[in-house]
Amino acid sequence: MIRRAILVDVSKCVGCGACWQACQQANGHPEHEPTKFDQDTFTFLMDRGNDVYVRRLCMHCQTPTCVSVCPVAALEKTAEGPVIYHPSRCMGCRYCMMACPFGVPTYEWHSAAPRVRKCEMCAYRDGKGPACAPACEFEATITGERDELIAIAKQRLADEPDSYYQHIFGLTEAGGTDVLYIGPKSMAELGLPQPPIEGPMPALTWRALKHVPDIVLFGSVFLGGLFWLTKRKEAVAQAEGRSAEVDRD
Amino acid sequence: MIKKILNPRSWGFWMPIGVALTLTLGVIALIRFTRGLGAVTNLTDTFPWGLWIGFDMLCGIGLAAGGFAIAATVHVLHLEDFKPILRPTILTAFLGYLFAILALLMDLGKPWNIWHPIIMWNPHSVMFEVGWCVMLYTTVLFLEFSPVVLERFGLSTPLKIMRKLTPILVILGVILSTLHQSSLGSLFLIIPGKLHPFWYSPILPVLFFVSALTVGLAMVVVESWFSRRAFGKPLETHLLQRVSRASVVVLAIFLALRLRDLALRDTINQFLAFERYSWYLLAELGLGVALPMVLLASERFRRSPRRLAAAQGLVVLGFVFNRLNVSVTAFEAATGQTYVPAVAEFLVSMGLVALGMILFMAACQWLPVFPEGPVAEVEKSGGFAAIAGHTPAAVGDAATTSR
Repeated sequence: MIRRAILVDVSKCVGCGACWQACQQANGHPEHEPTKFDQDTFTFLMDRGNDVYVRRLCMHCQTPTCVSVCPVAALEKTAEGPVIYHPSRCMGCRYCMMACPFGVPTYEWHSAAPRVRKCEMCAYRDGKGPACAPACEFEATITGERDELIAIAKQRLADEPDSYYQHIFGLTEAGGTDVLYIGPKSMAELGLPQPPIEGPMPALTWRALKHVPDIVLFGSVFLGGLFWLTKRKEAVAQAEGRSAEVDRD
Repeated sequence: MIKKILNPRSWGFWMPIGVALTLTLGVIALIRFTRGLGAVTNLTDTFPWGLWIGFDMLCGIGLAAGGFAIAATVHVLHLEDFKPILRPTILTAFLGYLFAILALLMDLGKPWNIWHPIIMWNPHSVMFEVGWCVMLYTTVLFLEFSPVVLERFGLSTPLKIMRKLTPILVILGVILSTLHQSSLGSLFLIIPGKLHPFWYSPILPVLFFVSALTVGLAMVVVESWFSRRAFGKPLETHLLQRVSRASVVVLAIFLALRLRDLALRDTINQFLAFERYSWYLLAELGLGVALPMVLLASERFRRSPRRLAAAQGLVVLGFVFNRLNVSVTAFEAATGQTYVPAVAEFLVSMGLVALGMILFMAACQWLPVFPEGPVAEVEKSGGFAAIAGHTPAAVGDAATTSR
């Protein structure tokens, strides 16, 4: 078992579309030229002009926002790397779609039993890896162990410093992703969505959620205390022959 | 009693509209459950939460917040003079949650899996926490309201047990409400890049909780006003005045929190640009918070129940505007997406509101929701001196408005 990752090299991509053709075939999607994520599109190319194509797919974050927000754990970050989806657990709240910083998950809006749809790095192919990588003749999409891919990416940046913006996107972005990008410009300039904060996104909600046990504990003690104190006051007032009403006013 | 139900003045106009809306709701549900959410909503992959979440869920649950506030006032703080408004408030709260849950059943892609959070845990998910709290608190509200039903059918043994349990239920209710009212705000903490800075804030959970309190109290007043008009029930004006004084304080706390937060995040310059969203913000805070706060702070203003209801009505509208701004406006502004709810989405929301009102009226007709008997007698004789000065005005109001 390897911990799988994908490296997308925008500088090497020629925009042939072999990746999305292989993806559609592997996932049984109808053949079509994809331009955005939808229920039949797990990957597509953003044409940035001057023969620059930025491939989009699920980033397979290391601390995935979608996994953290799902109330029923229908999304799972597997030990092998891919973020996969369990439709039988899903209740369809679509919080994953709201939360994903990369705008990846989509929905079957016209189904009576809809599923969330997104790239699962072909996890169902039993360790054979994503179908898109072997389809690419230009090594613009390659797959393998994350550390190996980082080494390859660094090598490419060093070998052709003029062709590359000297940064590997995904090393730390959104807490690190298992889909890494290198290219001629920064990924912000190339139009890849930028996570709004440094580091893992789930920290944002955890900051609030971690207080839940304390609210329950101290809330019960505080309210129980108030209940007891005010009730006593009433009893004392009654014992002294005054009405509680008068006492309060 | 039958005569009362068929009283054309209160039912004749609204009942047919309510029934028609409820039937429409059924038809839309049928389409939605056979042909998918896309057939009836304008939701998209880039705008996955719409009116049903922004209005039905966020507002429905927020508007029901009076339930835990008044219950705690009566049963935890032992301010028992508030008892006469407790039952209608609990009923409103229960129906509010029912409304939200029904809307959720429409909105969830696979509502038959709605129980999954019970066995499939993810404590890192805000939605998981909200799910649990709403589930538990709806049960608590049902139990808090159950004495009314038990009383109606004269079941004295379970009634005794419920009365014993009440303080525990109420404390549980306050804790659960604190958790999920704030967590509805926490839901949005994870999308700082997708909300306009006027509405994204790290203290969203606190803002959601405090504003839920403001609107919970406001609803107590507004709903008492409507019940009085619909049923000709006497209005506990002095209680509503005291509730409204509490409103002033809570509104002030909310305004302080909100302004401090806006200032800390350097949004002042953005506000001073006076573009579209500046006006939204100004309307939300000015008309929905500051204005009613100032009005309700005036003793002379509080004397008229009609003015009380109007000012608290502003609080309710401001609250609804705020929740829609967070869930729709701010999302549109930051993501560049546009979303206008489909007609069916509006109809479902309206249908659910109508259903809620029908249930409220039915419950008021058949169950001892309003104080009658000993409680009311004590209340009337005890409170009469205090409100004697205002009572003629209240009666006068009722006469003018019903004409």
